[in-house]
Amino acid sequence: MNVHLILFLAFGAVAVAGAINLLAQTHPINSALSLIAVMAALAGEYLLLGAEFLAAVQVIVYAGAIMVLFVFTIMLLNAGVEERTQGSRVAFLFGIPGLLLGSVLLGWVVLRHSGTEAVAAGALPGDPKTIGQLLFHEFLLPFEITSVLILIAIMGAVVLASKPPTHPPGVPARKVG
Amino acid sequence: MVPLSYYLVLSGFLFACGVAGFLIKRNIITIFMSIELMLNGVNLSFVAFAAHWHALAGQIFVFFVMVVAAAESAVGLAIIIAVYRTRETLNVDQVNLLKL
Repeated sequence: MNVHLILFLAFGAVAVAGAINLLAQTHPINSALSLIAVMAALAGEYLLLGAEFLAAVQVIVYAGAIMVLFVFTIMLLNAGVEERTQGSRVAFLFGIPGLLLGSVLLGWVVLRHSGTEAVAAGALPGDPKTIGQLLFHEFLLPFEITSVLILIAIMGAVVLASKPPTHPPGVPARKVG
Repeated sequence: MVPLSYYLVLSGFLFACGVAGFLIKRNIITIFMSIELMLNGVNLSFVAFAAHWHALAGQIFVFFVMVVAAAESAVGLAIIIAVYRTRETLNVDQVNLLKL
């Protein structure tokens, strides 16, 4: 047992517990908080793999921005405990065995057929300088396309979430008084 | 030193949890969170393979996945708000018409 393996198991245990808790909770706010725990644990895993920049981005963007958006929506819509319906019981019957079967099968195949070569801690330095040089030289075009995508997403979100007009479009609003 | 397969098993388990949550959960926001969980599981395997093959491009892919996930969650939550405004429910069983 070296330090790397102990840290991997600790972060992995937090991630697994958070993922199971996400499934077990019925209130969306509890699921959101356990998802934040999963993301924070994954940031630790990235740090173990040497991806420093990604660990920071994971905490800032995922656990920060995206989950704040989720929690904000849950509070805005006043989402309560989810109610069970007939259709969901069928999904429950297939979901849990599917999860168990899938993960056991996947784990068996991966552990059986992969070699024993290990990944050293910080094997690949992913510091912001290296990532930035790669991002702005080799991946410049995808980066710029992504910025356009973000712009479109912002406009789409504003259009979708804004209140619909009380009068039909094209018809001028009736003047009051 | 941690074998690569450990990372892959953890990543696969997170993905399977996301799939199960997608099937089990009835709340539309929790279903959306399960999708984020699946994306996180895939990201972990990207980073593990990047470290294994000494290819930094894998980390760049994770960066792009995160950016697209941010855009996706912004649009998706706006759609959820629009659905809630017309249906006044978050249960997906009661959102069974394409008509908004």
